[in-house]
Amino acid sequence: MTTPDHGDAVPAAEPAQTAQAAHAGHTAERAAVTERRLHPVTPFRRAWAPITVLAGWAVHDPNATQQQLERLTTTVLLLGLAVLVPVAGLYGFLSWWFTHFAVTDTELRIRTGLLFRRTAHIRLERIQAVDVSRPLLARVAGVAKLRIDVVGADDKDELAFLGEREARALRAELLARAAGFAPETAREVGEAPAHELLRVPPRALALSLALTGATWGAWCAAVVVPTVLWLTTHNLWTVLATALPLLGAAGASSAGRFAGEFDWKVGESPDGLRIDHGLLDRTHETVPPGRVQTVRIVEPLLWRRLGWVRVELDVAGSANSVLVPVAPRPVAESVVARVLPGVTVPQTLSRPPRRARWCVPVWWRGHRLAVTDTVFATRHGLLRRRLSLVPHAKVQSVRLSQGPWQRLWRLAEVHVDTGADKTVTARLRDAEEAARLLHAQAESSRTSRRDARPDRWMT
Amino acid sequence: METGSPDETGIPGAELVWRGLQPALIRVRRLLVVVWTAVLAVAVGLPLGLLVGPVWAAFALAPLALGAWGWRLVERNWRSWRYTERADDLLISRGVLWREETVVPYGRMQLVEVTSGPVERRFGLAHVQLHTAAAATDATIPGLDPAEAERLRDRLTELGEARSAGL
Repeated sequence: MTTPDHGDAVPAAEPAQTAQAAHAGHTAERAAVTERRLHPVTPFRRAWAPITVLAGWAVHDPNATQQQLERLTTTVLLLGLAVLVPVAGLYGFLSWWFTHFAVTDTELRIRTGLLFRRTAHIRLERIQAVDVSRPLLARVAGVAKLRIDVVGADDKDELAFLGEREARALRAELLARAAGFAPETAREVGEAPAHELLRVPPRALALSLALTGATWGAWCAAVVVPTVLWLTTHNLWTVLATALPLLGAAGASSAGRFAGEFDWKVGESPDGLRIDHGLLDRTHETVPPGRVQTVRIVEPLLWRRLGWVRVELDVAGSANSVLVPVAPRPVAESVVARVLPGVTVPQTLSRPPRRARWCVPVWWRGHRLAVTDTVFATRHGLLRRRLSLVPHAKVQSVRLSQGPWQRLWRLAEVHVDTGADKTVTARLRDAEEAARLLHAQAESSRTSRRDARPDRWMT
Repeated sequence: METGSPDETGIPGAELVWRGLQPALIRVRRLLVVVWTAVLAVAVGLPLGLLVGPVWAAFALAPLALGAWGWRLVERNWRSWRYTERADDLLISRGVLWREETVVPYGRMQLVEVTSGPVERRFGLAHVQLHTAAAATDATIPGLDPAEAERLRDRLTELGEARSAGL
């Protein structure tokens, strides 16, 4: 990767992959690259914004709103609309008109901005994941959003909206180019065939949510807190002001999660992992091979009897972190084996020495560690067990740390930092073992980096 | 107890050449300790002495004692800092009470930064900071001779290019 480059017109925090175009070179090249526009429905996507602002104001200050509304006459209202609608429409149209994107051999270029011009060049071999998402309204309109995850990408770098078929074609083209197909053929390669690894049945998903403590906690809070408030204050507004957010949170943690994780499918294709999910808003994510930095197998207490686990993954620059919302352990482990090729989930993990109980009473038993020839795996938690796996090739740096109390008990911690900004820590290890671990980890990371797959996975 | 230091555990790399920091760093840090101690002592002693009674101004001795402790700590901490360039990675070891050892492979380096503040420049010092794709990587070497800092930067960049690896 290149170092961040502080262009003049670009905000200083601009990531490495998006750099200001060199204007001279750009104009010369423009002829060769066909620039495209987003779907014409795009201007309407911000249509709700002024309405939300008004609604927010009304909720914030109901009395003032009523006074203002009484003063309004039909003429004023019509005049206001006559000004507001064309201005908003013009803004939407212009921002759509001035947004272009183009795919070159090595980059995806997005040019946008009416007053503040912004040009993002995203290098295709740096793609960490490609997401096509179709929110409910977009599905009605037959459009989709396409988002390229690269390190440091932000929401401005997503292409919203594209026609559904166009989004699919573009994703296939981007992946083909990123994979290293010749530029001439990239457009014709089409979508790589996928085969399904796993599908989560709705019953299992519903049961798993019912067996999650957080869901019940949220509902209990949503019922208990407003009741108590009503009994103590008898003020309807206070109760409503607390009840609504609590109910919202409870709904999001149960119904919202159910809708989001509904019909969860994990598939495998030569272009990498495909994750499709959603009831109302559909999301299709593609993670090319070798992009997964860490995998976590989470085992909540109530799921243990059923032998179910949840699998989470970290990809640099990607917002999604769930790989499998719920699955029986053997199935989940087979998926992990496909996601991290050559990795088997270690079954036996070593405990810290007994004296660790003086550093972390009771919970010390939960901290386990296993290092195989492919992964560094640690587990923590007694009730809710979390097993984190880091392939040796994904280690960015290794650190050993030891505080004074740990030194007294001859214990130390080993931290393994990965590119997705996640650190996996082996806590409460014997100090000498930790020192050996530090050096062994540095060594095995070096050797496995050497035979890691190239960024362009088809070359 | 010297747990974790490579020269005792028979770990590969025990024969490495470790480099320490410039003694000027002790002076800089001691200067900071003195300045802060003085400020704190005045801030504690003056109001107490004027408002409550001259005897109470003795509380200003507490920051002074802390300062004296800090004076000694600075040297111990300085002594604990060391780094070495191995074939494929940079090893930084530091800390007395809170020990920390960091291994950063050259191929993972995204950016090497040499900075030197006004005080550091006055004492002829610079510090080098390495960044990897993981924000948690905390690899800073303070108190280097500017020439050494530049040598280190150039060497790290050169080695980083030769061994470059993606995410």
